[in-house]
Amino acid sequence: MQLFLLTAHEMHDLLIKKEISAEELNKAVFARIDAVEEQIGAYITRTRENALAQARAVDRQIRHGEKISPLSGIPIAIKDNICTDGIKTTAGSKILSNFIPPYSATVVKRLEAVGGAIAGKANLDEFAMGSSNENSAFFATRNPWDTSRVPGGSSGGSAAAVAAGEAVCALGSDTGGSIRQPASFCGVVGMKPTYGAVSRYGLIAYASSLDQIGPFARDVTDCALMLNAICGHDPLDSTSAKYQVVDYTGFLTDDVRGMKLGVPEEYMAEGTDPAVRCVILKAMKKLESLGAVVEYTSLPHAEYALPTYYLIAQAEASSNLARYDGVRYGMRAKGAEDVIDMFMKTRSQGFGNEVKRRIMLGTYVLSAGYHDAYYLKALKARTLIIGDFDRVFKKYDLLLSPVSSTTAFRIGEKMNNPLQMYLSDLCTSSVNLAGIPGLSIPCGLAGGLPVGLQLIGRPFDEGKLLRAAYTFEQNTDYHKQFPEL
Amino acid sequence: MITKKDIEHVALLSRLELTGPEKDMYTRQLNDILNHFQFLARLDTENVQPTAHVLPLQNVFREDWVGRHISREDALANCPDREENYFKVPKIV
Amino acid sequence: MPQYETVIGLEVHVELKTRAKIFCDSTTEFGGAPNTHVCPVCLGLPGVLPVVNKKVVEYAIRAALALNCKIARFSKFDRKNYYYPDMPKNYQISQHDLPIAKHGYLKIDTENGAKKIGITRLHMEEDSGKLVHQGTITASPFSLVDYNRAGVPLIEVVSEPDLRSPEEARQYMEKLRAIILYTGISDCKMEEGSLRCDANISVRPVGTDGFGTKAEIKNLNSFKALQRSLNFEIERQIKTLEAGGRIIQETRTWDEGKGETLSLRSKEHAHDYRYLPDPDLVPLLIDRQWVEDICGSLPELPDHRRERYIKEYGLPDYDAAILTNTKELADYFEDCVKVCPNPKAVSNWIMGDFTRLLNLHGLEITECKITPQNLASLLGLIEQGTISGKIAKTVFAEMFAGGTDAETIVKEKGLVQISDKGAVIAIVEEVLVTNPGPVADFRAGRERALGFLVGRVMKATQGKANPELVNKLLREKL
Repeated sequence: MQLFLLTAHEMHDLLIKKEISAEELNKAVFARIDAVEEQIGAYITRTRENALAQARAVDRQIRHGEKISPLSGIPIAIKDNICTDGIKTTAGSKILSNFIPPYSATVVKRLEAVGGAIAGKANLDEFAMGSSNENSAFFATRNPWDTSRVPGGSSGGSAAAVAAGEAVCALGSDTGGSIRQPASFCGVVGMKPTYGAVSRYGLIAYASSLDQIGPFARDVTDCALMLNAICGHDPLDSTSAKYQVVDYTGFLTDDVRGMKLGVPEEYMAEGTDPAVRCVILKAMKKLESLGAVVEYTSLPHAEYALPTYYLIAQAEASSNLARYDGVRYGMRAKGAEDVIDMFMKTRSQGFGNEVKRRIMLGTYVLSAGYHDAYYLKALKARTLIIGDFDRVFKKYDLLLSPVSSTTAFRIGEKMNNPLQMYLSDLCTSSVNLAGIPGLSIPCGLAGGLPVGLQLIGRPFDEGKLLRAAYTFEQNTDYHKQFPEL
Repeated sequence: MITKKDIEHVALLSRLELTGPEKDMYTRQLNDILNHFQFLARLDTENVQPTAHVLPLQNVFREDWVGRHISREDALANCPDREENYFKVPKIV
Repeated sequence: MPQYETVIGLEVHVELKTRAKIFCDSTTEFGGAPNTHVCPVCLGLPGVLPVVNKKVVEYAIRAALALNCKIARFSKFDRKNYYYPDMPKNYQISQHDLPIAKHGYLKIDTENGAKKIGITRLHMEEDSGKLVHQGTITASPFSLVDYNRAGVPLIEVVSEPDLRSPEEARQYMEKLRAIILYTGISDCKMEEGSLRCDANISVRPVGTDGFGTKAEIKNLNSFKALQRSLNFEIERQIKTLEAGGRIIQETRTWDEGKGETLSLRSKEHAHDYRYLPDPDLVPLLIDRQWVEDICGSLPELPDHRRERYIKEYGLPDYDAAILTNTKELADYFEDCVKVCPNPKAVSNWIMGDFTRLLNLHGLEITECKITPQNLASLLGLIEQGTISGKIAKTVFAEMFAGGTDAETIVKEKGLVQISDKGAVIAIVEEVLVTNPGPVADFRAGRERALGFLVGRVMKATQGKANPELVNKLLREKL
């Protein structure tokens, strides 16, 4: 087994047994990056020196016999919409192509505090708007399983880095599926925690009431370790929940006996690719065979989730992205006559088509005369969608569904049809609307490409998601499959 | 139905400058999207309260304490154009 | 030609005197080198989030209670979206449909007695930065932005269109300022922009009920500007209507130099603020207990105090109104009254020499060196006849300048009134001898000559002789 493909907990064992140093480990990962990055394009910025400095500090701790954290010295990729003090943070946009934050996001501080080695800033769809990474202003990341295909999005760089061995773990952000869908496409574990479980301070906002930072990992144990590092209340984020933080590794028990799992029939509707459907059904059977009770159930308002999600997300985005005007940071267009002209030219040149489309849609649905019909209507629909989940969670511990109705599609395949691209968020966006946790776990291949099974839980019930996922993982070996590069 | 005029108005509100073909493209695409989402209008939301926040949080406060400011150089470090210690912008009107 | 009636409503912005800004921990201190009182949050950097300063909510409730408003049980923050380079996020965090307080009022004095002016709403919001131009905004080839003020907490107080003249508008503004100053939540310095005002004004023929089309005059930052701009605008609107024209609903600006309001027509015709609840901030649920606690900590407010002064101290309404105008003055008055049995005498002194000297030296009452105890003892000396009222003015000026107490000054300068008959009689006799003319006049029945003789005696005693005694002795001798 190659070093760069080990999980964080395996690496940690080697570190504390002093069989390898953190510096060697990081060098191995950077050698991997050098070898495959040209094919994949996972990173916008690589921070080798930063990672090596952190690794050497961890090695000193080990030499001095100090106890190190499970993520100490582990190379981690950070999605490039998460601010890093002194390290360029672009959000995948031309408008921020030269932006160097003077502060770090809370999650970055927390990872650094436990010794995590920031390996670089991962590519993404511009401002996290997209499902394929093709909307990055810089380049499109490729899927390590098939480089003619997309890695998914918007956290495609993070997912691809972890799948390709260019990072051990990664952070992404998920507004409508942006962690789970690329995790599914790239065959890694990805989790969107409960809204409010992880601080958003320092995350460049797309849609504030839906955005949540979460981890990518090569197995469920690493996912739990990442959660341990990043979860918890943050006084800098008003929407951060004050809840009892637990050690998530405590949920990693191989046991789903008696667990009640519901399968929303709306998520298994005819649109699902038959090969994907087949893999998902097999995974459900597997859980059943392990002692879980699996039943079909219904989320009656499921079909309204997509429009609801898009209207709310775009309305918030149109306001969140207003600050990019060329005055305080980022690019500024030349040759403007006056300040309004400067704003218009800067924003037109600095934003890509998808971002402009979403800003305009959001502006339209908030504007006088349309606000109630679209935006307010969506906020009310959101209430009904949340109600659906409340009802099914009275009966079921978790819900199961495909993450995406397809496997990774070809680069360019959906670029000219934004609506088609939007529809791929069908199974994931309602989870963001309800603010509940969702996890994608590799559950097999369809046509040689990974398929992710989505587990959905009650608010702050991440532990149960981890337990079911861990049990599934212990009894399958999909997490041990890697793309050949 | 979104007209090209609506698109021009929305573009102005959003501070986006669009070319002629872009206006046509966005008119078509926004219509496609909103038409597809039109079925949401049929959803009965009478007596349904809107949800702006999923978490049942309220009264999240900070205390009235002054913390550390960032240095003036940090404040202006990313500024595209400055004059002395000010951010500089083209004329207002 | 019909008679016109003016309808005015004011939107007043008050900067709150908290230590930190409304959504971050940068200082609110006025001044400071440009862009030094800033942090990632108030600069609107990508990724930052606001957290409400609790003191801001407390201060807003304080102001709302002082203005007789109903405090909302549920309130929230919204984003008001529009682009302007002094606004770091290109939206302002404000309150739209659920402000923290509504339905208040304050009372102003008019010729026809007290008048209640309704307060529609009071809400919290963040201030913007400041634009610096070379010359005027229209002539400057570029502008400079300083974000020190961005994020300083504001409350906006919106009045009902209940004001009927520029004079009433000024009265309202002054009363609002006085009340806010009493609550201690702002220093209300118009010259530093911590109190600012926009005015909505329209005219209509007397006797009609509907409103005329209004104009909004922005950024009036002195009482003079408020009154002058409104006067100008009334005339402009009436002239327009008389000439058969129409008033356009628009925003106007007051040009102090030209003495006129000017239309502010910009490229952006349509203002569409596209309000949405700020997803970064959670709602406010205002606990009754909190409101009661704040209510309990409010000082006695001017109207109440004024009534009490009339009842308790027997002061005329005029005195009571002036003394209660600021909390500091009223507190001073009450401290004096505690140690001095004659409230009217205290009132006369405070409204007279005291205020004159304070204004002359540009001092606040809190900066004055005369303690209430000292003022009381000065009044005591007058009462006892130790010094004359005239001498008292000299002593007072001395006290004001040096802070010494009245007795010491009187003693050191030998200003004690001479009430001893023996000491005065010799001087009286001398004056009678040296002024035979006036003596003859008086004896011939010219009463006025006595005044001259009294003056002579007073001059000879450097004003210290008891004037009553001098009078009496002169009459006796004559």
